[in-house]
Amino acid sequence: MTNLLVLPILIPAMGAALSLLLWRSRALQRAVALGAVAALLAAAGALLQSVAETGIAAVQVGDWPAPYGITLVADVFSAIMAVLAGFMGLAVVLYSFATIDAGRESYGYYPLLQVLLMGVCGAFLTGDLFNLYVWFEVLLMASFVLLALGGERAQMEGAIKYVTLNLISSALFLAALGILYGIAGTLNMADLAVKLRGNSEPGLVMAVTSLFFIAFGIKAAVFPLFFWLPASYHTPPVAVTALFSGLLTKVGVYSLIRTFTLLFVDESGRTQTFLSAIAGLTMITGVLGAVAQYDFRRLLSFHIVSQIGYLLMGLAVMTSAALAGAIYFMVHVVLSKSALFLVSGVVERLRGTYDLKALGGLYAARPWLAILFLIPALSLAGMPPLSGFFAKLALIQAGLTVERYVIVTAALTVGLLTLFSMIKIWTEVFWKLPQGDIGASPAEPQLTKSETVQLFLPIIAMALLIVALGLAAEPFMSLAQSGAEQLIDSRAYVQTVLEARR
Amino acid sequence: MEFALALIVGVLYACGLYLMLRRSIVKLIIGLALLSNAANLLIFTAAGLTRGYPPLVALGAARPAEPFADPLPQALILTAIVIGFGVLAFAMVLAYRVYQSTGTDDLDNLRSTDT
Repeated sequence: MTNLLVLPILIPAMGAALSLLLWRSRALQRAVALGAVAALLAAAGALLQSVAETGIAAVQVGDWPAPYGITLVADVFSAIMAVLAGFMGLAVVLYSFATIDAGRESYGYYPLLQVLLMGVCGAFLTGDLFNLYVWFEVLLMASFVLLALGGERAQMEGAIKYVTLNLISSALFLAALGILYGIAGTLNMADLAVKLRGNSEPGLVMAVTSLFFIAFGIKAAVFPLFFWLPASYHTPPVAVTALFSGLLTKVGVYSLIRTFTLLFVDESGRTQTFLSAIAGLTMITGVLGAVAQYDFRRLLSFHIVSQIGYLLMGLAVMTSAALAGAIYFMVHVVLSKSALFLVSGVVERLRGTYDLKALGGLYAARPWLAILFLIPALSLAGMPPLSGFFAKLALIQAGLTVERYVIVTAALTVGLLTLFSMIKIWTEVFWKLPQGDIGASPAEPQLTKSETVQLFLPIIAMALLIVALGLAAEPFMSLAQSGAEQLIDSRAYVQTVLEARR
Repeated sequence: MEFALALIVGVLYACGLYLMLRRSIVKLIIGLALLSNAANLLIFTAAGLTRGYPPLVALGAARPAEPFADPLPQALILTAIVIGFGVLAFAMVLAYRVYQSTGTDDLDNLRSTDT
């Protein structure tokens, strides 16, 4: 039973190793990648089911008892995140078959993808802060190479910014770990949760807290640390962008939520005030940046930042209802945002550009594609009955209950502005007449049947899930609720970790 | 001893950050290297220094006799050094590729993907 915990890390590791052995054969690498991510999704799903039924699971790797050994631990929140990683992996691998060129494929695209998934799952499942640092480095190294793979000029420029800022974040994280070890003498999260309560050096703990906030904040792309994201996310192939937008910033948010609910709980409420100011500013600057953009992917990149603000809002309000909203929002935003990126890739495939001004007339040419865009776009803006509506409803209700009116106002305004930029894409790409001389425009490239399936199946799956999350919100919401209660009341987490054997 | 090390850590951080604010990519990478070394030294210092008491467990005892030097921070640093080495190697290759594809090592000329 507890072996389930190891699988989401082990499966991508084996997949990556096997792909490397099959370096010469692209077809076999593809098959291995597809099999590995499908297995990852199945394993993560089984983990989520077992955690939802029997409570938090923990395993001590190598049978060294906590807090000395490396602990893997899964509560409902981290199991949901692992399932999301598996799902995103499957969708992106399928989409990559039709969009990634032979050059990238033969230089290790699929092994890197699986190393990235391994790092992401490791970060979600670890119960030790230093181990979290190691998983961060694993996923960062894979993402560095994925971002730069192909070697186009724009990719190189984007990569240097992405790499530099993420390395600064890692250095700060490491410094924070060192000071924290000096204070508490342990880095096991459950053990730290016990030792940091009623600590004799609140000033030092506050300093460490701010270091952690900056380190994770850079990775999560919160205001004012997000500038690397819109400068780099639009440069790699769109499958890579979709995967990054779905998982990487979310690992940062996950770490923020995990550490601020488990370790750095501030009774005075000052942290919450600070977090809610940051959340509001993140939402607003992100969405205002998006309003000014006329490039499909850059516009969406700014929206990633703005949605991070909502996730942070759940943490800032810090009630179990708000955290449940944040967990639900996390699922919603991963699906919606990645679906939008994948649609932008299809548009680029059909018309050869991401420039909104040069596009047009796709509603007449491809009505189904237009609908597949509209579902995640309206969901992102928060239209009922899609997933985004219930996600925002939960967050805003939670905000109103504890009377945080400023952040609630910001959230509602940003919802409107999100709708505005989604409508901008809709009119520019789908509704307005095609630009230029219609007769002279080059014929659309023909998609083969298998390419059509590979391009559209992931988008259709995401759109269906968005609708399902909206129409049947109750079971998902109650799952998120149970995850949030485990976050708020950390006693079960601490007890499970410290008593777990093997 | 702690004071001297703390001073070195501070100087390393200052030099690293100063170099990272320069426009040359090479200086940026040297700055990154200094920053990760500073973090390693910080872990070593912050965890407490104990001189001359290796953590050896006497025959039959369950744990070493107090006081002893905590070996865990050194294990952490070892891991961090290895990771830092890999990252630094990657950063150097990246810098070279950036120079190849853009023909410049001036960060101010790498603005086409900014918004």
